[in-house]
Amino acid sequence: MSAREGTTPAPAPRPHRLGAVRTVLASLALALALVATMMPVIASDTMALGLLAFPLLAAMVLAAVIVLAPYRLCLLRGPRAAGLLAAVSYAMAFVLISLIAAHPGQAGSGFWALVVVAWAIAWLSVEEMAGLKPRQPLWGRAIALAIPLTFGAWLLILWQVLVVGFAVPKVLLPPPSDIWVRLIASPEVLWADFRQTFLKGVLIGYALGCGAGFLVAILVDRVPFLRRGLLPIGNLVSALPIIGVAPIMVMWFGFDWPSKAAVVVIMTFFPMLVNTVTGLAAADRMQLDLMHTYAANYPQTLLKMRLPMAMPFVFNALKINSTLALIGAIVAEFFGTPIVGMGFRISTEVGRMNIDMVWASIAVAALAGSLFYGLVTLAERAVTFWHPSVRR
Amino acid sequence: MTIEALTAPPSRSPFAGLMQGTAGPVLVVVAAIIAVWYLAAVMLNAPFQRDMYKRGGIEDAPLAQLVADTLSQDRPVLPAPHQVAVELWDTTANKAVTSKRSLVYHGGITLSSTLLGFVLGTALGIGLAILVVHSRVLDKSLMPWVISSQTIPILAIAPMIIVVLNAIGISGLLPKAMISTYLSFFPVTVGMVKGLRSPEAIQMDLMKTYSASPAQALWKLRLPSAMPYLFASMKVGVAASLVGAIVGELPTGAVAGLGARLLSGSYYGQTVQIWSALIAAAVLAATLVALIGVAERLALKRMGMRR
Amino acid sequence: MTGPERSVIDIENLSLTFETNDGPVHALSDIDLSIGEGDFVSLIGPSGCGKTTLLRVIADLEAPTGGTISVNGMSPEEARLKRAYGYVFQAAALYPWRTIADNIALPLEIMGFAKGEREERIRRNMELVNLSGFERKYPWQLSGGMQQRASIARALSFDPDLLLMDEPFGALDEIVRDHLNEQLLKLWAKTRKTVVFVTHSIPEAVFLSTRIVVLCPRPGRIYDVIESDLPRERTLDIRETPEFLKIAHRVREGLRAGHSYDD
Repeated sequence: MSAREGTTPAPAPRPHRLGAVRTVLASLALALALVATMMPVIASDTMALGLLAFPLLAAMVLAAVIVLAPYRLCLLRGPRAAGLLAAVSYAMAFVLISLIAAHPGQAGSGFWALVVVAWAIAWLSVEEMAGLKPRQPLWGRAIALAIPLTFGAWLLILWQVLVVGFAVPKVLLPPPSDIWVRLIASPEVLWADFRQTFLKGVLIGYALGCGAGFLVAILVDRVPFLRRGLLPIGNLVSALPIIGVAPIMVMWFGFDWPSKAAVVVIMTFFPMLVNTVTGLAAADRMQLDLMHTYAANYPQTLLKMRLPMAMPFVFNALKINSTLALIGAIVAEFFGTPIVGMGFRISTEVGRMNIDMVWASIAVAALAGSLFYGLVTLAERAVTFWHPSVRR
Repeated sequence: MTIEALTAPPSRSPFAGLMQGTAGPVLVVVAAIIAVWYLAAVMLNAPFQRDMYKRGGIEDAPLAQLVADTLSQDRPVLPAPHQVAVELWDTTANKAVTSKRSLVYHGGITLSSTLLGFVLGTALGIGLAILVVHSRVLDKSLMPWVISSQTIPILAIAPMIIVVLNAIGISGLLPKAMISTYLSFFPVTVGMVKGLRSPEAIQMDLMKTYSASPAQALWKLRLPSAMPYLFASMKVGVAASLVGAIVGELPTGAVAGLGARLLSGSYYGQTVQIWSALIAAAVLAATLVALIGVAERLALKRMGMRR
Repeated sequence: MTGPERSVIDIENLSLTFETNDGPVHALSDIDLSIGEGDFVSLIGPSGCGKTTLLRVIADLEAPTGGTISVNGMSPEEARLKRAYGYVFQAAALYPWRTIADNIALPLEIMGFAKGEREERIRRNMELVNLSGFERKYPWQLSGGMQQRASIARALSFDPDLLLMDEPFGALDEIVRDHLNEQLLKLWAKTRKTVVFVTHSIPEAVFLSTRIVVLCPRPGRIYDVIESDLPRERTLDIRETPEFLKIAHRVREGLRAGHSYDD
């Protein structure tokens, strides 16, 4: 297997060289790995343990050197380098995390040096992955997914290691492991919050707001006077902090989900109105003339040409609104709720300093938000498959 | 060869001319909104007023009096536009700027954290975008997160940031500004990455034929081409900053700022206060966006991108 | 000027003036033209001579400000409502969300043809423009020349007697254009439609037409009408013959004389 495997027509062989970033990172990692053998890994006032006290970690450092040295000398490259580097970095991360979990707050200089080594190896693996040009599209997609996932995983790994290693108070920032434990331990509460906020407030408000915006847009489009009058106002309102109507809606519609849905309706209405009106105006002169030569009537023109043509704009609004809806419902709960809901959970648990529960709620909200957005994007791809931004 | 653009018949009366553009229709729509507002105020406040009459033993109050009374309640369900206007005037012009009851004072507090956060967020966003455009690894690893993080209800973490920072002794302007930074940084990053990549291939090739360094290409080609994108995303960013500042004021227990006015208004049922704070926030947002619009016009005009 | 056949389009003393902020623009002035059944008439002239505007007046996309015009003995509006003509634009203007077959079905759906009839007409017209086999493709999967052929099939699908074409091949390269010109002639011979064809290419106009109308600008007016004595059956080789060159020369003379060089 050579480094060029998977690349299309093999160019004239050139001497393989690492770029400046990779050279520095690889040398740094090698040097630090060697230096770390002489530094205390776990240290407290009463003791200092070196690398040899932890055979598993020592084995990992050995593995890192075995992979890094040929890599630095350009003997190891291509997909094999990417795979080996990734494997070593994750294995090191795993060992480091379990080690520090047993000795929280007692990280020595050698420990941090090894964290930097593991991180540098992870970065190098991403550099190598980004440089691969696989022939099969499936591999290409897998790599395009693996790179950001590695980045996200290392964000969590560093968060975990730093918080535990420095023994950061849990009320300030809990480690991801605690958040995970909390997430697993309290599914009933989180599900009830999700149902209250997302399934009732967000979805109902989203459907009503987007639906109303769409219908009003079609109405407005029919009357040029209204279009000229409403469009600038709609554009202005889209930039305003509409979230401020939340206290008013809570007063009008009570503490339960209808007031949250009302906030969502108001927040989603204007983006949908403005985008749909713009989309309906997107048909060019020639398309309109064509329908005119067919003596097509208004419903025919609307259904057969202008609505399909407006769909990319409508989906743009649907995507913007999916985010706005969740924000609206959660923030509206800061102004008053029954004792359930994601916004309620966040604001009360913050008050009780149960920060891990807050993070668990935020994780659920983030997951719900991304999935919602993802579903809308899938629908968009299915409906506007013909648009230059979607088609291949 | 088509001359449609020229075919609009010349307007006959100045009034017709007014209704041709956008100014006339906008005014008419605004007038209609105010009319609907008054109507809604009467209808929403009437039940409470009838209740008051019943308790006061007043039978058959004439309609005119009912209407007049619904529009001058102390804590109406929906305050009439003129009540909000009076409250706005009262709390801006008639109060000392340093007074806790002055909207200018509260607006100023919100504005300062909005601006601080916006400036930080924009600088951060531009810096990150430059890094992303020049680093393949950052582009492939970081950008998917920046984009997908826009789908996450970031505002949800606002209370936590405020309370946690308060717990370690950081309070006042900075925590709120951090939320604003966070919110404005994403649109600027995404917009600037798009903008820095907007030069066409031949323009980049031209730079290559001069063997320009990446820094020179950035300074002479990428940044100027990115200007329209920068201003567009700054408009989104400043609006998001204001929302962040307002929401950031909620969990501190209603001390100062427009968000605090909203919250205390909702605690004590002071609807007129809520509405005036809301209008003030809207005016602030519109002003900020308009200011960036002016800056955009001036900058693009100087750069010859717009006549 | 009109041959023995029935005339399809009669234009008398037609004028069209656009009011602009810089004063009136005389897009068309004193146009007299009669187009007979089965004719292939080209309108040629420099930019701004009003050739497209004239076509748009015939199609009721533009209203004249003076004179009379009749299409099939009716006003252009009545003719449009009776779906008397098919119009081919400079660009194919196909809907990207519809397959080629569905694009050709578009006017048929609007005009209320039954499903079976629609399918039969799609098949027939796709064959006519040599696009059989591409029914399930989307427009953006086809070349520019194929797209324009699909748009011609779309214009023919509801079987109008009159075909109005506004520089249909203007955006295509010369090789594709030659090929489409040849195909268009065959199609015209097969269907016996009346064609009004706007172009700014002299060889194209001479090669295709039975009659060439030379327009000139400011105000837009007819400068010359040239009857072609070339046989109806033509191949691309005809462009090398003296007869062809003679007509082309007369068209070029007309364009040169009618063109004012004061701008």
